[in-house]
Amino acid sequence: MRVDPRVKAVGLAAAVVAAQLCATGTGKGFYLTPLTLAGYETLAALGLSLLMGYGGQISLGQAGFFAIGGYTSAFLTTLDLTPHRGGALAAALATLHLASPRPDLYGGEVLSVAPWAALVAALLLGAALAAALGVPVLRLRGHALAMATLAFGIIVASVAVGTEALGAADGLHGVPPLALGPLRVGGGPAHRVENYYLAWALVLLAAWLLENLVHSRTGRALRAIHGSEDAARAMGIDAAALKMKTFVLSGILAAAAGALSTHLVGGIGPSQASAMKSVRLVAIVAVGGMGSLWGTLAASAGLTFLSLRGTFGAHDDAVFGGVLVLAMLFAPDGILEVDLRSLLARLAPARAARKEEG
Amino acid sequence: MTLELFLQYLVAGLTYGSVYAVVAIGFNIVYNASGVINFAQGEFVMLGGMTAASLSRVLPLPLAVAGAVAATAAVGALVELAFVRWLTRPSLLRLVVITIGVAILLREAALAVWGEGVRSLPYFSGTEVSAFALGGVRVSPQVLWVLGTTAATVALLGLFFGHTMLGWEMRACAANRDAAALCGIPTRRLLTLSFALAAAIGALAGCVVSPLSYTSYSMGEGLAVKGFTVAILGGLGNSSGAVAAGLVLGVLESLSVSLWPTAYKDVVALTALLGILSLRPSGLFGSREASRLREPA
Amino acid sequence: MALLEVEGVSKRFGGVQALRDVSFQVERGTVKGVIGPNGAGKTTLFDLVSGFRIPDGGRIRFQGRRVEGLPPHRTAALGMSRTFQEVKLFPRMTAQENVMVGRHLRSRGGFTAGLLGTPATRREERAIAAAALEAMEFAGVLSLAGRPAGSLSYGQQRGVELARALASEPDLLLLDEPAAGLNMRETEGLAEVVSRIRGRGVTVLLVEHDMSLVMGVCDEVAVLCFGEKIADAPPRVVQEDPEVVRVYLGE
Repeated sequence: MRVDPRVKAVGLAAAVVAAQLCATGTGKGFYLTPLTLAGYETLAALGLSLLMGYGGQISLGQAGFFAIGGYTSAFLTTLDLTPHRGGALAAALATLHLASPRPDLYGGEVLSVAPWAALVAALLLGAALAAALGVPVLRLRGHALAMATLAFGIIVASVAVGTEALGAADGLHGVPPLALGPLRVGGGPAHRVENYYLAWALVLLAAWLLENLVHSRTGRALRAIHGSEDAARAMGIDAAALKMKTFVLSGILAAAAGALSTHLVGGIGPSQASAMKSVRLVAIVAVGGMGSLWGTLAASAGLTFLSLRGTFGAHDDAVFGGVLVLAMLFAPDGILEVDLRSLLARLAPARAARKEEG
Repeated sequence: MTLELFLQYLVAGLTYGSVYAVVAIGFNIVYNASGVINFAQGEFVMLGGMTAASLSRVLPLPLAVAGAVAATAAVGALVELAFVRWLTRPSLLRLVVITIGVAILLREAALAVWGEGVRSLPYFSGTEVSAFALGGVRVSPQVLWVLGTTAATVALLGLFFGHTMLGWEMRACAANRDAAALCGIPTRRLLTLSFALAAAIGALAGCVVSPLSYTSYSMGEGLAVKGFTVAILGGLGNSSGAVAAGLVLGVLESLSVSLWPTAYKDVVALTALLGILSLRPSGLFGSREASRLREPA
Repeated sequence: MALLEVEGVSKRFGGVQALRDVSFQVERGTVKGVIGPNGAGKTTLFDLVSGFRIPDGGRIRFQGRRVEGLPPHRTAALGMSRTFQEVKLFPRMTAQENVMVGRHLRSRGGFTAGLLGTPATRREERAIAAAALEAMEFAGVLSLAGRPAGSLSYGQQRGVELARALASEPDLLLLDEPAAGLNMRETEGLAEVVSRIRGRGVTVLLVEHDMSLVMGVCDEVAVLCFGEKIADAPPRVVQEDPEVVRVYLGE
């Protein structure tokens, strides 16, 4: 029975508000920051959920797109264009309002690309790279697709670590806040609440849109491809094109998540591109249920928050690895769809048999 | 580039390349037996090296290596029993994801046991400074151990699969599980055996390369990716192809260090992987029609 | 001009010549059967006509258009629909949803419209669902609508796959061994459905092993053997062709 998505959306909104009031009310306002970051991670997880759960395409490179979004934003907004101030390019950028001054560490003023323009660039680059990667890679099956996307992710991480202009191992810092009209992403603890609601509003919007998509003709076509690509094509579905669109959408969501996170935190480092981060996202989607957007949302919010809070300590990676394995062994359709009876029957066959004999 | 420098890169490339080849062969053994790509293959190499390093503190070197190989083989068998056998008709997606999870768990277990430090085995013959001259280049005898062990492994596996009953049975399982079962072949046990075998040869490679490149808990991931690249390049399931591809990749990677910063070294293997998967997933030596890695037409 | 014209088509796989210079036609509004022993190249023929494979040589014309080499989703858009030898349903979707996929070509909602969930797309969804039920009723599987396709019996799955193929309102329906695995009663039911399909004006090309189905319902039968066509005539004539008899019954 399908719960009306409007009910789910209202439920989520209520939970979001409740969490914020709880945190601020109990003087633990600092919890809002990991919760906000968890929100942006959830954007990336939702994109992956669409790709993996409905499209059946595994991607171990989602963190790569996250990093591409983040690094593009960071790089452009920390670029020092002041030496070129007199030049034609700077003038052009300034007239188009693509460049804006920002204060640097020493109180002076530096001309860089405007954050919103950098965001657009980040999304475009994410989309372009997803399209470029998708062409050769989406024709592959299972393992090969996994490895190819993993390779992509590691390439992004290697480039991030190895390139001086991208800050090498230290990453990029001093990223200014992003102003979206009256709202802003970033700006430090004073803007915690604002950031929190902005992030989760975006998550809600994304979940809403994706939920619509999944229950539409396109969503059905996507699930059909997952079910049997041959049959889907025989019914007139352009499988290659649809897989590509889904892959690109997923990449854009991850890039957006990366860019926004970077503005929130004020910086980005190569660990954000790591294969382990991609695996975490896969673990979240697996636990939440590969065919369930809301399940993924819940899993992401929960697991990411706990991880960021440090609950898992040094065993963070092990927890996600374990979660992944347990989910695949016992709850492949997600934790909400566990078939307890058949599971128990397999764990204790003798007992189940005796029970049946009554 | 001087001839000496080139030879040095060549030797290094062949050495690491043969390790990649062995990892690839491990992938092939498991893939042939079950269709599963075991992402944890790289961790077996790591476990072999680490276990041997610990054992070598109390046992003479040959025993330490043997013990490490046996222990890792046991881990391989356990992995199959605990995770793969449990699944009934799993989807490809589930299998892929589970082996990734297993790889992470093995790595984190290693971290818990051995910490973040690097270990290494003592040199099998000589010391770290002993070397012999080869065409004007000073080469460590350990390199010969690596190349020799790889060659011996390939040869013995060839004999095993080509000329022993057990090897034939495993090939039968790989070709057609149901038919093999009908012939009375214990397919489930042989699957466990194939995991154990793949783990064993991975461990051996880990031991033999350990004095040269050190071992640490996190080395498995990179090896898995490169091993997989080599397996694909050589044609998935084709072990002589894997050897050739491994050596080629190792040398290319090694030479690339002279062209761009070391941090980009991994990019060579990764780009090769993306390239080969895009252009010719059946590998350099596989047949076009039989590409099991692409969606059907 | 016949609806489907296959001219001199050949296909080779490695060492095997699956089809050698095969030609035949399918007239609009008829049911054409293609029979032959296993390995005669029947499914390959279907794959070539529907676009899953590209012929090495020869031409295929559908409604006068050259279609060899067009991918499956394009031939489907031109008015072809097919079933598969091993039933290819979408196991995790319900039977009705499976058939709704068959309506893909008869509906328009795109990616962006899907994201936004406009009232128009919701209306279209309801229309698609209704049309799917209609197709299921025609195929006699209406009662299975809400069940997950993966849980259906083989015969039931075949029925749902047929409904799905019909849902796109094709001009040409390709049935790949539709009677495989069906018992006698189910086969009779199938023959009756095929007749009704013809009654609706849909042209049918079917590949089969089961002689009773073919002889009972086809207007014309082409016989393939080792990739070559050895007969092409109404069923009565083919049945008495000595070559055909030899191929099927041996010397």
